[in-house]
Amino acid sequence: MHKSWWKIASVVLLVYTFVAGFLWDVPRLPLLQETIRNLYFHVCMWFAMMILFTVSVVNAIRYLRTFNLKYDIYARQFAVVAIVFGVLGYSTGAIWASYTWADPNKPAYNSFSTIARDPKLIGAAIALLVYFAYLILRDSIQDMDKRARISAVYNIFAYAILFPSIWILPRILPSLHPGNEDNPALDVKNDISGTMRVVFYPAIIGWTLLGLWITTLKIRLALVKEKMMTHE
Amino acid sequence: MNSIKKIIGTLLILMMPVLLFAQDDKVDMADVMRDNGRIYVVVAVLLTILAGLILYIIRLDRKISKLEREK
Repeated sequence: MHKSWWKIASVVLLVYTFVAGFLWDVPRLPLLQETIRNLYFHVCMWFAMMILFTVSVVNAIRYLRTFNLKYDIYARQFAVVAIVFGVLGYSTGAIWASYTWADPNKPAYNSFSTIARDPKLIGAAIALLVYFAYLILRDSIQDMDKRARISAVYNIFAYAILFPSIWILPRILPSLHPGNEDNPALDVKNDISGTMRVVFYPAIIGWTLLGLWITTLKIRLALVKEKMMTHE
Repeated sequence: MNSIKKIIGTLLILMMPVLLFAQDDKVDMADVMRDNGRIYVVVAVLLTILAGLILYIIRLDRKISKLEREK
């Protein structure tokens, strides 16, 4: 095992997130009630996703500059783990929204069809679908160099659609999602109290480092696999 | 023998109000895991899951390191 300080940091921060996130005081808001604690989990999934997609696109550009296949593997694995975090963010958001935005007279699963039309949710869904297409496109090409080149270019385009669909589009359209007026996620300075920020920021770092850890495992496995194939 | 039984019996009868009093006072044992609407139980469950996942990821990490060394 590669012992690294950031792996320990990730574990420590996550344990801190789980303990402090459930036991410390949160503002008492109507409707949200205790679900405000989802901030430490649901929102952090999206932060981790954005950071991992950014690392992925940086590696795609690095590949196109050097044509070193190592960067191609990096870009691919970061994108996959980012997608996993995105799917987790989307599904946790679906649960959360079903109990806070939904019509209380209808069962939760019934109102999800109305909630899912929210522009922010559609934007996130588009972004994720574009990245699903990235994986399909990539894995359907046999030739290694061609695959790397096409998927690196596609990665840049996917990142370019990710930004408008989750940062710009939701700002223009009305939405139920918090922080509608100016910030698509939430206005961290005004919306959440100081005690929550003390947990929220470490939580983002902890989850992102966990994503990074999983990605490095996948990268190392892919590199070992590639070595085996070239040795045979 | 009989006198011992009597003594123990008397002692037990004498202790009964104490027991009742104690029961009255301690119905919900005030240990941590039952405080605050038992949220600590939830935290314990979550920490167990987190610990399990992290131990798993550490094991994977070790296995991959072993694979890398074999090369």
